[in-house]
Amino acid sequence: MKINFSKIIIFSFVVFLISVFWMGLKNNNNYNTKNLTGSEISSFKLPSIYNGDIISDETLKQNQFTLINFFASWCAPCRLEHKYLIKLANHNKDIKILGINFKDKKKNVINFLNELDDPYDYVVEDQDGKTSILFGIYGIPETILINKELIIIKKIVGPIDKKQFEEILNFIQ
Amino acid sequence: MILKKILIIYFLLIFPLQSNEVNQELIEIYKNLRCLICQGQSVADSNSDFATTLKLVVQDQVEEGKTKKEIYDFLISKYGEWIVYQPPLNKNNFLLWFLPYFILALGGLIIFIIIRKSNNNKAN
Repeated sequence: MKINFSKIIIFSFVVFLISVFWMGLKNNNNYNTKNLTGSEISSFKLPSIYNGDIISDETLKQNQFTLINFFASWCAPCRLEHKYLIKLANHNKDIKILGINFKDKKKNVINFLNELDDPYDYVVEDQDGKTSILFGIYGIPETILINKELIIIKKIVGPIDKKQFEEILNFIQ
Repeated sequence: MILKKILIIYFLLIFPLQSNEVNQELIEIYKNLRCLICQGQSVADSNSDFATTLKLVVQDQVEEGKTKKEIYDFLISKYGEWIVYQPPLNKNNFLLWFLPYFILALGGLIIFIIIRKSNNNKAN
């Protein structure tokens, strides 16, 4: 029996292409930066919005857990998640909340916090947004839960919802 | 006096050239960075908040004397390989790099077989 090599090659190539496309379709291609979970946060230094005191990664080493929340007064989804931040602040004393205010006006932030209540143990300003890049942030709001060793336990892209709020509680209890 | 004039002209010519080189390098880096929140735009093409911030960070790192590789490595460590349009070669993306050459070789082989076959048929 004569073997037709070109037909075998074309057939193998088609099978290969279908397999590649099939694998591509099965993969979840939604982009996120959750792969940062398990890594240590970068060093940072930012001034407090109230008195200019410097808050750094060293400050956070004193806390059992810290929730780092990137927010802005101009960000509508930040208002949605605010109630969960308030609940967290009232619920558990083992967790401290650091609010990193992203590209905002001081006056607007203070109005925002006066209006919705202030859940943060520290509020710092990232005027030019450069520090957000150190945390792998690409949108506001984003939230990062870290432990005493400054290791990222959970990263939330977008506003915190009920499910994520409960997950955070499970982590810290 | 003439020497002074020559020196002034020399500095006037040299400094804009150096500044252009730096700008060129920055633009090259921006073009290879994906704007993660835009639809198919590079950081160079976008004026979004994310792209503007990333440009500032890259500019700082270039001024600090960091190489392109160091800048890309830093951004990959924060955002994954998706941030760069030209990802570095590794076991996860080797197909992306070698598949075009493989297809080229395969195409050549098929053409060779077809030509040889048709020559054989003519000879017979």
